[in-house]
Amino acid sequence: MSVPETLLAIRYGFGTRPNEARITDPNVMLRQLRQTDPAERRFPIASLKSRAALLETRRKARSDKKDGKSGAETAEKRAAARLRQQGLADIRATFQRAMTSKSGFRERLVAFWADHFSVAANGPVLSALVPDAIERAVRGNIAGRFPDMLQAVTFHPAMLIYLNQVQSVGPNSRAGKRRDRGLNENLAREIFELHTLGVGGGYTQTDVRQFAELLTGLSADKSGFKFRPGIVEPGTKTVLGKSYGAKSPSLDPIRAALGDIALHPDTARHLSRKLITHFVGIAPPDDWVETMARAYLQSGGDLMALYGALLGDKKALSLPLNKVKLPFEFMVSALRAADIPATALDDISVRDVRSKLLEPLTAMGQPLFRPNGPDGWAEAPEAWITPATLAARLRWVGGLVDEVLQDTDPRKFLDATLGDVASEFLTFAVAGSESRPEGAALVLVSPEFNRR
Amino acid sequence: MTLSRRAFVSRSLALGCSAAASPFLTPVTFASAPGDARLVVIVLRGAMDGLDVVRPYGDVALKAHRPTLATQPFEDLDGFFGLHEALSPLMPLWKSGDLAFAHAVSTPYRNKRSHFDGQDFLENGGSASSGDLTAGRDGWLNRALQSVPGAHAKTAFAVGREKLMLLSGEAEISSWSPDGALDLSPQAELLLSKVYERDPLFHKAAMQAMELSDLTEGSGMSARRAGRAEALAGFAGDRLSEDARIAAFSLTGWDTHANQAGSLPRALGELNVAIETLKARLGNAWENTLIMGVTEFGRTVRENGSRGTDHGTGGAALFAGGAVNGGRVFGEWPGLGASDLYQDRDLMPTRDVRAYAAWAMAGMFGLSPSEIEARVFPGLDMGKDPGLLA
Repeated sequence: MSVPETLLAIRYGFGTRPNEARITDPNVMLRQLRQTDPAERRFPIASLKSRAALLETRRKARSDKKDGKSGAETAEKRAAARLRQQGLADIRATFQRAMTSKSGFRERLVAFWADHFSVAANGPVLSALVPDAIERAVRGNIAGRFPDMLQAVTFHPAMLIYLNQVQSVGPNSRAGKRRDRGLNENLAREIFELHTLGVGGGYTQTDVRQFAELLTGLSADKSGFKFRPGIVEPGTKTVLGKSYGAKSPSLDPIRAALGDIALHPDTARHLSRKLITHFVGIAPPDDWVETMARAYLQSGGDLMALYGALLGDKKALSLPLNKVKLPFEFMVSALRAADIPATALDDISVRDVRSKLLEPLTAMGQPLFRPNGPDGWAEAPEAWITPATLAARLRWVGGLVDEVLQDTDPRKFLDATLGDVASEFLTFAVAGSESRPEGAALVLVSPEFNRR
Repeated sequence: MTLSRRAFVSRSLALGCSAAASPFLTPVTFASAPGDARLVVIVLRGAMDGLDVVRPYGDVALKAHRPTLATQPFEDLDGFFGLHEALSPLMPLWKSGDLAFAHAVSTPYRNKRSHFDGQDFLENGGSASSGDLTAGRDGWLNRALQSVPGAHAKTAFAVGREKLMLLSGEAEISSWSPDGALDLSPQAELLLSKVYERDPLFHKAAMQAMELSDLTEGSGMSARRAGRAEALAGFAGDRLSEDARIAAFSLTGWDTHANQAGSLPRALGELNVAIETLKARLGNAWENTLIMGVTEFGRTVRENGSRGTDHGTGGAALFAGGAVNGGRVFGEWPGLGASDLYQDRDLMPTRDVRAYAAWAMAGMFGLSPSEIEARVFPGLDMGKDPGLLA
């Protein structure tokens, strides 16, 4: 079977870049996941320690301000500005990695799992923590085992704060009795519904409750993850028919339960369906799902086995382009098609990061790092092409063409960008355009370029 | 090659320079209009806590369930229910009979308490047989629109960037976000329409974008967070004061798992702004307007361990506008005693929220109950007319 020469880059990466070798063998794409990527070192993501330090400086300045200490107001403003700078640096590095990585598939998978474990970066604390969760918990396990990724994300302060676990207290724990506090079942429910079994999975309200009790103790302090034995609900808990517990409060039963849930057959199917839906965009066929789930379960949750089974089906490698590129994918692939080097973003101003990257993303419907809720970005093509969001794509392309594509031959541009995926009709329309920029703009606003 | 010299996002797409006439700029007129009634559906995403917003302070069990939330200030409504303080700007509407609520309502969606499934059910309306969504995954308001006499593509507007399942389906509707103006040359429109011709999704969106750009041009509206509710409601109100009769949008921020006394007022503030903006923009049409605020489900009767509430079942719906038979809380109160609760945790629903929507569609747009029970809400028993409309 022959794979269209640009399909892997378009469907599993961030599109083509002129003069970049095209990969047509999915095995090559898989192998790249195991190799180190120079882009990760070249565009680093700040450590949790430095992020925590920024937040602590801000907290201290705010408390000084309350106490009326002199100079505290200036210190608070400076701390807020440094957090904003950090946020823009995170956005820039995210773009730069996607623009230059030799393994577009890794970047897309990082985005996929970051979305699977969505934490909306609302407010300064989560804005500072989310990029670390993606870097350490998601990217760090991208070619590893799903149970490890699940545990790393679940224990990350960003997730614990976002889904209210830090406020959950075992009602019969020492602290619960003393302070009259109780359970918050948000994280427990979303782990079942979104992260593992799926909403159709075999769990009940009782399982949610028991699991929420089991998760008590997971918390965070100013330096990161923290286990608090004093808020752990005593006793054994039964989750999905299996009991968990320890003589004294400990992380072991939580680890054990997460490990079991990660390797539940419903989880295997849920993850398989999500991957097919996200990358291929068809209603997941049962036999494909079963093949993927089997590969996953037999390997003990090895993500490489899961990816291999995803790419092993011929539907994974054939047209049509069912999905619409998310705004971030669209923008990165347009910047790559226009052959803009990632270094072009090195010294652009804060204002330009906002006006050229962040605001257009928002207008296209995808404020980066800030999905509406823990279920992440929508998968349906219809969700992304509305009159307003399509208008935002057109406006942004207009500016890009004005800026950098004035003198490009649109026929060559079309071939370098879409290759054999372009329809005859688009080839005809582009060749017949009245001016070069007009032709280049047509390529970037075409359905073929906006789909994957 | 550098990105930094000029701001490329602010430019309009100026493709080509021919002044050929564009088919998209032709004024459109409509032969018939579907009456004077106006309906606005606001989807309150995240599960609004009906027990806090329309607080049954007259129920003796409330304080024990909600030791901190029940002590927050409120405005008395009828001697049993009180209105959350953050909605007090709406009290004049309550007094003039333009504001009402329904309590202990829910859709038939149960048990998993998933926002996303709950919202899908609320917007889809559900199918008769399976208790699941209809096969077409369309919206009940779109199915209703198909039966509204004289309805055309400009009768119903979905407002905002998201795609609303509530209004999607076979009937043509319009959708637009107030910050999406587009400035295209006629020639560029022509070229684009050709490139999109073979992809219906892109084609339809592009045609509407071009047409609707004209409506918002120069109005200086911006949908930044602070003014979001105002922008959405303002755009909806403007369209409804012209040809449109139905509009829908959504407001978020209702998922109050922690510190509800702090977070809920923000969401209620946006709801206030939306209703007040609609009233101002609708002008005289307010008299024929029904605004319906609905949410996917209610929240737990008991306050949780972090001064918030978790996902529940029975909740409340809001109705505003001159068309409302207001100043009352509709519904049969199930009580909050231990044995009254659903699964010992949630407010027991005593009426299907879809019945209120169904009777509203019947009263406002002349749909017959049999039509509604067959097509709009298949399998729903509309029951007795609650008398929602004035």
